Amino acid sequence: MMIELLIAVCLLGSLTAALAPNEWAGKAAFLASLLPVAGSVWMYSTFEPVGNALTTDGDLAFETTAKWLTAGPYAINWHVGLDGISLPLIVLTTLLTALAIVSAWTPIDERQSQFYALVLFLEAGLIGVFSALDFFVWFVFWEAVLIPMYLLIGVWGGPRRKYAAIKMFVYTNVASLVMFIGFVALVFGLDVSTFDLQTITTALSNDAFVNDYLLLEVVSVDTLKLAAFAAMFFGFAVKVPVVPLHTWLPDAHVEAPTPVSVLLAGVLLKMGTYALLRFNFTMLPEVVTGNATVAFVIVLIAVVSVIYGAMLALAQSDLKRIVAYSSVSSMGYVILGLVAFTTFGIGGATFQMVSHGLISGLMFMTVGVIYNETHTRMVGDISGIVDKMPITVGVFVAGAFGYMGLPLMSGFAAEFIVFQGSFASDVSLLVGSMQLFTALAMFGIVIVAGYLLWAMQRTLFGEYELATDYEVGRAPIQDVLSIGTLLLLVIALGVAPDVFFEMIRDATAPLVGGGA
Amino acid sequence: MVESVFQYPEWAALAPAGALAITALVLFLIDMIDPDESNPGRLVGTALVGTLVSLGYAAWFFAEGVGVPESEGGRGVVELFANQLVVDRMSLFFALIFTSVTALVIVASYDYLKSHEDQAEFYSLVLLAATGMTLMASANSLSVAFISLELLSLPSYVLVAYLKTNRGSVEAGLKYLLIGALSSGILVYGISLVYAVTGSLQLAAVAEALAAGTGDQSGIAGLGVLMILGGFAFKTASVPFHFWAPEAYEGAPAPISGFLSSASKAAGFALAFRVFTTAFPLSEVAAMGIDWVLAAQILAVATMTLGNFAAATQENVKRMLAYSSVGHAGYALIGLAALSAGGQNGLVIGASMLHLLVYGFMNTGAFLFVALIEHWDVGRTFEDYNGLATRAPVACVAMTVFMFSLAGLPIGGGFTTKYLLIVGALSNGFWWLGAVLAVNSALSLYYYSRVVKAMWIEDPADDLELPGQPTGLYAAVVVAAVITVVMLPGVALFSETATEAAALLF
Repeated sequence: MMIELLIAVCLLGSLTAALAPNEWAGKAAFLASLLPVAGSVWMYSTFEPVGNALTTDGDLAFETTAKWLTAGPYAINWHVGLDGISLPLIVLTTLLTALAIVSAWTPIDERQSQFYALVLFLEAGLIGVFSALDFFVWFVFWEAVLIPMYLLIGVWGGPRRKYAAIKMFVYTNVASLVMFIGFVALVFGLDVSTFDLQTITTALSNDAFVNDYLLLEVVSVDTLKLAAFAAMFFGFAVKVPVVPLHTWLPDAHVEAPTPVSVLLAGVLLKMGTYALLRFNFTMLPEVVTGNATVAFVIVLIAVVSVIYGAMLALAQSDLKRIVAYSSVSSMGYVILGLVAFTTFGIGGATFQMVSHGLISGLMFMTVGVIYNETHTRMVGDISGIVDKMPITVGVFVAGAFGYMGLPLMSGFAAEFIVFQGSFASDVSLLVGSMQLFTALAMFGIVIVAGYLLWAMQRTLFGEYELATDYEVGRAPIQDVLSIGTLLLLVIALGVAPDVFFEMIRDATAPLVGGGA
Repeated sequence: MVESVFQYPEWAALAPAGALAITALVLFLIDMIDPDESNPGRLVGTALVGTLVSLGYAAWFFAEGVGVPESEGGRGVVELFANQLVVDRMSLFFALIFTSVTALVIVASYDYLKSHEDQAEFYSLVLLAATGMTLMASANSLSVAFISLELLSLPSYVLVAYLKTNRGSVEAGLKYLLIGALSSGILVYGISLVYAVTGSLQLAAVAEALAAGTGDQSGIAGLGVLMILGGFAFKTASVPFHFWAPEAYEGAPAPISGFLSSASKAAGFALAFRVFTTAFPLSEVAAMGIDWVLAAQILAVATMTLGNFAAATQENVKRMLAYSSVGHAGYALIGLAALSAGGQNGLVIGASMLHLLVYGFMNTGAFLFVALIEHWDVGRTFEDYNGLATRAPVACVAMTVFMFSLAGLPIGGGFTTKYLLIVGALSNGFWWLGAVLAVNSALSLYYYSRVVKAMWIEDPADDLELPGQPTGLYAAVVVAAVITVVMLPGVALFSETATEAAALLF
């Protein structure tokens, strides 16, 4: 019942915030968001590893199943539960939401109660996405996330917010539908009468297709699987996003207010990679491992995302755009880890989701703090603010080094595990090998270091100059505390990756045939 | 009592329709005694009580198991007047839709009609139309079908033109009447052709005659079936008989637009489901070369696509809703279009019935929100809606729920029922119908979100003032919104019964 409780608390908090007067909504929402944090930390502390949620036979952590509705021969059940992949992401979600709410206190100065209500509603949706184990339940949450996101960007965003909001909405909604059609077309060929993800995974691994399925009279089972894989990959890749489907992301990020950027980069992008792992790589792994062309295309997408995303970041002069494009680059590593299809590859990809969530949240928050004080984010407009806000700048530098993969920070651990996994991969490619592409992807780190160092040198250090007329003061204490908290977590995960990696490995190892 | 399946006199099974008809007459009586209509609350109260009694009867019979075969512990289907009328699961299910929508419309009209004359006539015409709908869902012969359809249509024409000093309303009423008369003619001619071939009007007898073989007259029967389909397409505002809908929905008083686009559409589908599955069973007409499923497929795809594209180009919110209503007729048509002999037909029609149920609340709610806006006299275009959320947040939350639920996002029951429609279409192998629905549904988000964007994201005009808080309209809008949200999981309460009800047709 713990997961239901978390979702209910978020929804109640959302209602409370909606009814609270604007002055109090932020505080009320923060208090409400602490409950899910406590809940998820408690779940973490009592968690017992049970393998992968979709392949295990045993009882999952905090699992509940209840009959929801039946229509004809099909049953839809409320089915939620956690494994080592979803739990870290839920901890990440609750934590980042609480911190994002704090970081909203300063910049959000109108219609606060609506803002915080939507943020908590969003949190409920995200927890649902990461815990649902029935396709219908999962899809409800997956789509429900769009509504608050659209309004959060559209109402409280920057000058081009309307364009950015509708672009995000249309891109991700069309992607969802392509994914939906692909997945449902596959499931109807199976000999199952529910949409339970476990049942579907088992049926797929046993190739339990029905004989009289109309589509299978036209195409072979392998083609159907390939088509479903492609449709789902497209749908999830938009959300991740990977090059060339990434163009909605920089717009959304630049226009979104800081707290929304934090959640967008920190958690929403992970929905895409999480779903890729849960659906494509858990249910249809043979499409990648058994088809050199597919594997090659995905690896190519991963490496291009890493390199091209980083190069795009290099070309930006808006700090927020730099961080936004570097998300595209970091997500490329996740895809690389997934396609490597080794324990370390998939485990590292999952770890990178958590790590990138923390680091990108940290970066967006510090950029937001700088913007709140200077009212500009353009690299040419500011320089030398280290004297004015030393702590913020210190955290920014530390976060940037986390991005670059400095040892003892979570970014290093994540990327190291991914590279280790993808070097050891024996997935065959049409052209080249996993080892070659891994080596190429590593050059992404150099570019990341290049643009981050360049941007920091221009803005943070040197002579103090500011193109706007604002008096730069120190950051509010709550902002310093929240970016400090994130930095500590980034370092903690870098020093002791096993905090999460142990349970992640337990859940990902069964996918590649290894024991827990 | 054992041999009687229904423990009351059999005609008592028509209580849902009867309650509506009697209330309509009582309203006329009140109007005769008090022609000045000094007390509109009394009219609304009477109409509402009558509707709720009807709703109560329908729900009670439904719960009692009327229509469930006796072998399964139910009370069996009640057949009346030589099987001209039946009361079964499906007719009761639709009666629930009609009466709920009617109740919402009546409550909302209390504020909307303030300062208008002839209110008693308004309410009694609404109730007569609702009587016609309830009978349509029970009609078991082509003649009763036609008569009950006219009982619905004639009051509808008057109701559309109710704002008689408003040019738009009168024009809409005239267009509706002309196209309605034409399509009634087509329908009745189709019925006569079918009668000519089969020598019967009773649905089951028609099916028997067709099964016995029609020789070289199957072409005539086919033409008749096609014309009957055309007649239903008119009532459900399906392409190519949809031209009246945007005009009528835009010109009519907004509560009537909601009434017609939800309840009247559902009535058309109720009749179509029964007539086509009972009188022209798939297995038998296919042998004669009459493929009405193919015709329904063409209609469904054309209706969905055209309705959605036309809706996307509108600047007037009410007109956008009118075209979106055409689009939703296309979704519901999947109930006929995805049928296949021996397939999961109960699921297909059941999903369509569920969609109509949820649609009854979300679409009526949306039109009632428009009624609220008209009451405030804010304006009709998307731009006029700018910044409404800053002035009327509760109503705007409700409208947001309606819009996103209509678009198929999981904030309301529209998501669940669209999902079930896709499941139904796919389980019978019509994956492309499901795909067309999904794509259209994605497109529709564009124009539905324009309303949301205007209300929440755009800044209000400086002089935006909303005079008063009309209680009745607010209550109706909020109730419709709450039910729409509850339907997201709550469809579960109806999904089994709807699919079973539909399965009993076969």
